Formats: sequence, structure tokens, C-alpha cells
Amino acid sequence: MKFDSAAGQNVIDQGRIVGKSYPRVDGPLKVSGLAPYAHEYHSDAPNAAYGVIVGAGISKGRITAIDTSEAERAPGVVLVMTHRNAPKQFGIGHAPPGGTGPQQDEKDGGGEKPGRHNKPQLQGPEVRHFDQSVAFVVAETFEQARDAARLVRITYAVEKGRFDLAAEKDKGEMPEDTPDSNVGNFDSAFAAAPAKIDVTYTTPDQAHSMMEPHASIARWDGDQLTLWTSHQIIHWGVDGVAGTLGIHKDKVRVISAYIGGGFGSKLMIYGDPILAALAARQLGRPVKVALTRPQIYNHTSHRPATIQRLRLGAGIDGKLLAIGHDVWCGNLPEGEAENAADQTKLLYAGANRLLRTRKTELDLPLGASMRAPGEAVGLLALECAMDELAEKLGLDPIEFRILNDTQFDPEKGPERPFSTRHLVECLRTGADKFGWSKRNPKPGMVRDGRWLIGIGVASAIRNNLVMASGARVRLSGDGVLTIQTQMTDIGTGSYTILAQIGAEMLGLPMDKVRVELGDSSFPQSAGSGGSWGANSASAGLYYACENLRNAIAQRAGFNSTDSQFADGKVSAGGRSRNLADVVGKDGISAEGKVEFGDLTKRFAQAAFGAHFAEVAVDSVTAEVRVRRMLSVCAAGRIINPQTARSQCLGGMTMGIGAALMEDQVVDKRFGYFVNHDLAEYHVPVHADIPDMEVIFLDELDDKSSPIKAKGVGELGICGVGAAVANAVHNATGARIRDYPLTLDKIMAKMAV
Amino acid sequence: MKPFTYQRAATPAEAARVAAEMPGSRFIAGGTNLLDLMKLQIETPGHLVDVNHLGLDRIEPTAEGGLRIGAMVRNTDLAADKRVRRDYAVLSRALLSGASAQLRNKATTGGNLLQRTRCPYFYEPSKPCNKRVPGSGCAALGGFNRNLAVLGTSDKCIATHPSDMAVAMRVLDATVETVSPDGTTRSIPIADFHRLPGDTPHIETQLGRGELITGVMLPAPIGGLHVYRKVRDRASYAFAVVSIAAVVAPGRARLAYGGLAHKPWRVEAAEALVADGAAAVAKTAFAGARTTPENAFKLPLAQRLTASVLADGKV
Ligand SMILES: Cc1cc2nc3c(=O)[nH]c(=O)nc-3n(C[C@H](O)[C@H](O)[C@H](O)COP(=O)(O)OP(=O)(O)OC[C@H]3O[C@@H](n4cnc5c(N)ncnc54)[C@H](O)[C@@H]3O)c2cc1C
Ligand code: SF4
Repeated sequence: MKFDSAAGQNVIDQGRIVGKSYPRVDGPLKVSGLAPYAHEYHSDAPNAAYGVIVGAGISKGRITAIDTSEAERAPGVVLVMTHRNAPKQFGIGHAPPGGTGPQQDEKDGGGEKPGRHNKPQLQGPEVRHFDQSVAFVVAETFEQARDAARLVRITYAVEKGRFDLAAEKDKGEMPEDTPDSNVGNFDSAFAAAPAKIDVTYTTPDQAHSMMEPHASIARWDGDQLTLWTSHQIIHWGVDGVAGTLGIHKDKVRVISAYIGGGFGSKLMIYGDPILAALAARQLGRPVKVALTRPQIYNHTSHRPATIQRLRLGAGIDGKLLAIGHDVWCGNLPEGEAENAADQTKLLYAGANRLLRTRKTELDLPLGASMRAPGEAVGLLALECAMDELAEKLGLDPIEFRILNDTQFDPEKGPERPFSTRHLVECLRTGADKFGWSKRNPKPGMVRDGRWLIGIGVASAIRNNLVMASGARVRLSGDGVLTIQTQMTDIGTGSYTILAQIGAEMLGLPMDKVRVELGDSSFPQSAGSGGSWGANSASAGLYYACENLRNAIAQRAGFNSTDSQFADGKVSAGGRSRNLADVVGKDGISAEGKVEFGDLTKRFAQAAFGAHFAEVAVDSVTAEVRVRRMLSVCAAGRIINPQTARSQCLGGMTMGIGAALMEDQVVDKRFGYFVNHDLAEYHVPVHADIPDMEVIFLDELDDKSSPIKAKGVGELGICGVGAAVANAVHNATGARIRDYPLTLDKIMAKMAV
Repeated sequence: MKPFTYQRAATPAEAARVAAEMPGSRFIAGGTNLLDLMKLQIETPGHLVDVNHLGLDRIEPTAEGGLRIGAMVRNTDLAADKRVRRDYAVLSRALLSGASAQLRNKATTGGNLLQRTRCPYFYEPSKPCNKRVPGSGCAALGGFNRNLAVLGTSDKCIATHPSDMAVAMRVLDATVETVSPDGTTRSIPIADFHRLPGDTPHIETQLGRGELITGVMLPAPIGGLHVYRKVRDRASYAFAVVSIAAVVAPGRARLAYGGLAHKPWRVEAAEALVADGAAAVAKTAFAGARTTPENAFKLPLAQRLTASVLADGKV
């Protein structure tokens, strides 16, 4: 079904189950260890051999010699694969024979590169980044494989690489998919503005740090490959594997039923599924691979660092006159730009705007999407710069933001209004609940013993992305509804909210709904990325359920348009029948799918929020402890407040990490991420996390889908770090523009 | 992980003898450091001697009024011991600021003293490191060294010793008791136990080949306010950026620092200057410091900590 006009009143609006809190339906399986992860399908892959990837020890250059003889002789070793004996594979530009599946989200639509998910391994002696696969050792046991991996002797010719973004940035070019946006006349407006700031912020490379490492089991049955792997978007995984191996995508089945976190790290495939598949085919037995924690940092992807220059000019009335946001970022040639100016297009009014992104080539590991790519780091800069200008103007940071609210796309004008936008309400509600009026606008004034106390705020915006999504539903004779879709649950609650949608649509209780996810034999779905999953997959399921309702009503002899589904019965015209009786012992199945029209073009669509943080900074050591936090979100219909709240809490936690500690340190001589384990790459621990509160404003977005929901998971991180940084400034007077705000940087700028 | 053989020793002396006889031996206690390093193939022992069953897991009073802590006493148990909490609170506090509850349940007194550095290049086998591969160079010198040492370094190595426990033991003037392969025993003052890197950063302590730590002896309690302040980049589960173990009372202070050197750093001559204030203490205690642009902040930070601790103790 094409969703191309605003949704009217529908079954979801009755809110019997949708909109209520339900604990995760997969929770008991998770806590009892019964939910299998990619590496745990032991009985499906009997007699599996274990593979260990040997990663390059240099970051740029060539392998000049590789000696595998000792590894091959090691106990238990069954295969050592290198570029000398690896089968030929296909890179980006080669779609699998038979083509890729339809890909229809706004960003990736149309002219997307064929085979863009391909990841060939061991195809030559060149080394393009640290820990790229250079050999693959397979043995009877994991321990044997790991020991033999140590015995592969490699000699390299090292070439000079480009590892320093600041040094390379001026070679950057405008990315094809991120053209400059230039509205009005920025230069003259900025020059003439009575109040202005011109500041440069930097954000470091960051690691997704999900719990489950990338892992795969490959099993061949004839020419049919089954891959249990950890992947956020099943059809992208199928395309990548089929494209790389050069086989028809019908020959690849990908299963990712449970995923131990992704945050974007599993939107692409890396060495594990490809090498497992190649070795399993050659050996005629299943092969298992899991990356080690250190490998994840340099073999896979990360959020790339940015340098951001913000030039904001305002009148004495506090209205923005000029908004300039320049972003520099780096990546491997095939990697995308970090779109850190994206939110600046839409967040505030202002007639003269200049947004530019420049991407330069670096020889570091691949930069890719991490939770709210673009906005998460863009807001770290923009929302601190807004505070800097508010301070200059002598305006309250909240009032300054409200003054510059806009109800339409400020680049396109009133003809492109927001579908819904409640930023002002978020700011006002939060200010009230958080006790903003008690904030002392003068920094460094509030003390609690040896602690300096500060409060900060930031706006949040996250583009609402939508993506085609399908589902299959079946009501069986025992009255159980089974939902099947490729949609994944990366720990977010997809199983639970899809059960709610199904239960609502068919008038069933939650315990009569079974949800099966993450299998490429199910209908293609949106998958988990860009916060589009809940809204898009629910919409696809909605249409599948609508088709099922019609089929059931017809079978019951009812007029399908006025049939009601409630309490396990279908009723119309005063007559009522048990669903189980209607569908009979064979049951009834239906499929459905949502595709999106041009509503996202006609309307600016985004979720909004306001984040508040109170921090305490140790006046002796400059250690920062967040004391309390509040997020107020307006994100369309909240399908399940409990799972949505969990998403926000996770985002807020990650926002604290971005503000205070997360930093993949680049060694600019050797060109790799040095702190490559969880002891040295810091993410917040429990002791870092204070009281957190989340408030969802009532909102329905009828332009987003028949569910009227929007993305939540990424909104949770957007702006959080800036609120923390603004609070640190309020506490100490120190304005640090180089994330993360570690204690050494704060100490150097603290007045006391 | 390199394949290895495994054996449980029956007595401390036997453990020491076996370790000296079998080439490439290592003792294994809690395994929280050794096993990680073995998985990363940074340590590749061929033989493990398990020292968990030697009866070294008791805390006993000594004739001198102090405590003898068996080498196998777990960090959790040591921190919770009533006598330690009452008379040596700085030790309890230091232990509880380290690692996580799960790790402390496994980690032992002997193993904690011998845990290896957290220098990130020590953990990356593709990079030069004199501690890991003597003579290969030191990648940290021109690289990421924000959390590395500023005192007692050499141009071969600037690693720190990461233990919190050892810093408290240093301020308490503990001694390390050992048994050697020939059955002889000796006591090593904690001040001498860890070595500075010099030209041989891979040799980290005074222990000889096969020498087993049997316990740590604490002298009689000294009273005063016991403080352990650990500055770190997150609230828990992080190694110290700088730490201070202090026993302070009006007119006197003992001060030892973690995170500054390859051993707990204590300069008794500086303690004599407490009446002159933290700046005077720091000038003497940190004389000869060599910093990098990334880790230079550790010195002012340590001085601020010193001032704060002296103020708390009304010194
Ligand atoms: C993630 C993480 C965070 C941590 N954070 C901290 C922290 O904040 N602060 C801190 O202080 N520590 C921290 N630690 C380190 C922890 O304290 C040590 O790993 C632990 O104390 C080592 O004790 P163990 O008994 O497990 O030693 P093992 O790993 O068993 O042994 C370590 C070394 O000591 C040798 N050895 C052990 N016992 C003896 C003996 N009796 N005689 C001679 N040699 C012996 C072994 O051969 C080995 O070389 C952390 C560790 C991890 C993994
Ligand atoms: S500081 Fe020491 S441990 Fe670190 S790289 Fe240099 S030699 Fe190795």
C-alpha cells in the first residue's frame, strides 16, 4: 500500500493495546539465556570448524611476503586462507546476479550504487586500513585457530598514510549526496549582525560499543547458503553476501533473530560472514567466526571525527540573522561523509544560511553510521554554539531557542511546513519540570561542598526517516496470530511493539500473538536503522493485518469495511463469530506492505525534544558527575512508553559518553585506533548514570504513516551531550570545544 | 592462546621450585590479568602453576601488632576485613576503588601487586614496545601517552603501574614476603619491590626466577585520617589518572601517589615539608618529572589533590 496522504482515524487510534506499556516479550528468553545469538546455533551447525581473522598490522601499504607453513602445520588447522588462495569475489559496483532487492528509503532510493553492501576479503596484497583481513585460519577448535593465527608470518612494505583529519581537511571535497545549502546571503548578513560568534568544535571518532561482537556461522546445503549472523537490516546483508560471492540472492538465507546491540555497527557486513561462507564452502562443513573485541575497533566501522565551524549572527532582539555551519570529516573513498550540518537545515529560523560539508580521504578504518549519524555530533557543536550566542546576547538559553523556532522548513519556506513540531512545548515543559528558573545564569556561582553545580539545556531534532516494509500474518485455528517479517530487534523492542500492533488490529490479547523476526525467508522489511524501524515496520504490519481482516471478514460472510475485531471475535451488522471458528483448522494468511509516497518531501518530518542536565564538577580534580537528567520528547505516537523510554535512557547514557569520555584515539603515526578495548575506550558505567527522567508529549503525526509514530531511538542521543557540556560551562565557566570534556581540559580552563 | 600445561602445586616451596624448573612457567592466581594477556598472546607461558591451594588465603595478626595478608587473599575479602577497615582504612578504600566487584572477587593480593601496565601499546602486538619485546622500541613515547608516567621514566619506557592497592601498601610501609625455589624466604620492603623501567622495562620487580609471593606484612597501625582519592575518567571501573593514598593528622602526613610512575610514588623528604603547604611538597616529591604535552596535567592535578588532602586532614 502506498502511504501518500495523511492517515485518517483508524484501528490503531482505539489505543486498546497500542500506546500502553508492555515489558519486552523477548525478555524472559533474554534473561534466561535462551535467545540464541548468531554464534550460538550449535545444533544447526554441527561439526562446525572455527575461524579466526588475522588482521593487518599496518595501516597502509602492501603485503610483500606471507608465510603460512607453520600455521598450516599447527594442530587442528584445516584451512589457512590468504589473498593467494582466496576465491575471487566482487566489490562495490557489482550487484548479485538477479539484482538487489527493491530499496526504497528516501536517502538510498533511486541512484544507489549496485552492490554497495559488498565486502570482498583477501583479494590482494594491498592494505587499506589497520586490522583489515589479511589471513583467515580455520581449525577444529577456537583455541587451535587462535593459536595458529599467531603463526602466520607476514612482511609488509609500509606506505605513508593519511591519518590526521586536521592536517588533511583542506583537501576535502563536497560529497555528491551532501551539496552545499546556501540561502539568502550569509556572508553579508553575518558581517552585519550586531551579535555573533565564530567558533570551531571538534568531535572525535567514536565506537558503537555494542555488547555482542560481530559473529557469523555459515552452512552450505548444496549451493544454498545459510548464514546466522548479527545484522540490523536483513536484505542489506543478503545483498552484501550474495553480491560479494557473486551468487543469486535467492541462494542466501540470512538469519538474525536476536541481536546484542548494533547502534549502526551492523548495518553492513564485515569479514566474518564472507570468510565464514568461503571457508565453509571449501571445507564442506559449517564455519563459525566471531570478532574479538579489539578487532571490532579497527576491522569494522566507527563514527568518524568531525571539525565543525559555527558562525551564528543575531540581531539585538535575539533573532538569528545568519547561520553558518561548516563540517570537515574524513573517510576511506567508499565511505560516506558524516553529515553533521544536517540538523542545522531545519532546527532554527534565519534568513541567511550557509551549510557546507567537506569530506577528505583518510586511511583509517571505515567511518559509518552510528546512532543518529549527523545529528548526534552536529548538535554537540550547534547546541553549544547556541548557548555561546545566548550568553553574548544576555538571553536565557531557552528563550533564545524559542525566539528562533520555526514551523516550516527555513530553507524552503512556508510551502514546506513541519508535519508536527513541538520543540517549544518540549523546552517549556522541561524547564518547568526540571526547575530551570533556579539556574544561576552566571557560571561558577553554585557550590555544594567541593562540587561546582551547573545546569544545561539543548534542543533535540532527528529527521524522521521512513522505509518500505512488509509483513506476513497468519491466524491459525487455535486463535494465534503469527507475524513474520525481516524486521530485526536489536534490543530495541521490535518483537514487543509488533505484537502490540498485531493484537490491536485483530482484537486479540498479547498472549495470542507470536512474532518471528530477522529471517530473509520472511517478507522484506525496513530493518533497524535510522530510527525508521518501529514506524515503518509497524505500518507494513498494519497493512498486512488489514488484508487479513478483510480475508477473515469475507470468509465469515461479513462486509469487510464495517467489521469489528475484538475479544477474539469478528462482528458486523449485529452478528458475531469466533475468529478461530472462522479461520478453521487451516487458518488464513495474508501479506501486506507499506511504501511511502512524497509526504516526506511535502512536509518536513522530524522528532523533537529538549534535554536538561545538572552536573557537579569536582573543584579539585575537575571530574564531572551528572546528577540528574530530563528529556522531553515529541515523537509522534508512542507505541509502547516503556520500550520508548528505554530507548531514550540508552540515548541519554550514550550522550553522556559523547560529552565526557568517548574517544577512539588515533595514533597519527601508525594510523589506527589505539584504545581498542572496553577497559580503555570508555563508555559510561552504572556509576556515571544519575536519575534520568523521560517525558513524552502527546503527539500524533498523520503524515508519517497510518501508525502516526516517528523514530525515537536516535532522538534520545541527539543534543544530550551538548546539554551536559552547557551544564559544565554553567558550573565552571569553562567552555571546551574539543570533545570529550575530560578532566584535564576542564581543569586547564576552570577559574578556581 | 598458546597451548600450555597446568599443574597445582602442593606447597609454596614446591610451587617456586616447579616454576624455576619448567621453562616458560607462570604462577596463576585469580587469572584476571594473566588470562587476558594470554588470550591476546602478549604472555605466552608454556606451563601454569596454580597457586590457589597453598593455604595462603588467611589474614593473621603478627607479633609486632600488624597484619600478615596471605598472597591468595582476594581483594574483596581484604577490603572487607574488619581489622583492615578499622586500622588500615586507606587500604580498604584503595581496593574498593579498583576494577569491579566481579574482578575483585577473583583478584588476589599477590596478583594485584604483579598486574602489568595498561599502556595501550603494550596491548598491541603489532607495535614496538620494550616491555613486551625488549629492544623493539617504545611506541608510547611519541604516541598516545595521556595516562602514562611522569616520574621515574626512562627513554625506554614511560609506563605506569596501575595498581591502587599497592599505593595504599606503600603509604603503610608494607613488606612483601616471598619464598624462593631453594626454599629460602625473604622480606622486600614495598618501596623496593617494583622497579623503575631504566634500560630493562620488562623486568618489573625484584623477584627472582620462580620466586613466589607468600604474603604481605603490614606494620602496626599508625592512626590518623586514612584517605584514598582516585581521579579517573569515569565514575567507576577505570584505572587511575592520578591517585593519592594518604594518612594525615595535624602536623604530619604520609603521601603516596598512583598513576605517576611505574611504582607507587612516595618521597619521604617531601612529607617533612607539609607545614609549608602542597606546593612545597609537590616541588620536592615531583622533582625531576618528565612530562609530555598529553600528560603534563598530572603534576598540577597531583598537587591539587595534595592540597585538598592536607586540608581534609587539618595538617
Ligand atoms: C577491566 C579491568 C579493570 C581493572 N581495574 C583495576 C583498577 O582500577 N585498579 C587496580 O588496581 N586494578 C585493576 N585491575 C587489575 C586487577 O586488580 C588485577 O587484574 C588483579 O589484581 C590481578 O590479580 P590476579 O590474582 O587475578 O592475578 P593473575 O592474573 O592470576 O596474575 C597476575 C600476575 O601475577 C603473577 N602472580 C600471581 N600470584 C603470584 C604470587 N603469589 N607470587 C608471584 N607471582 C604471582 C602471575 O604469574 C601473573 O604474572 C583491573 C583489571 C581488569 C581486567
Ligand atoms: S611505555 Fe613501556 S609499555 Fe608502553 S610502549 Fe613504551 S615500552 Fe611499552
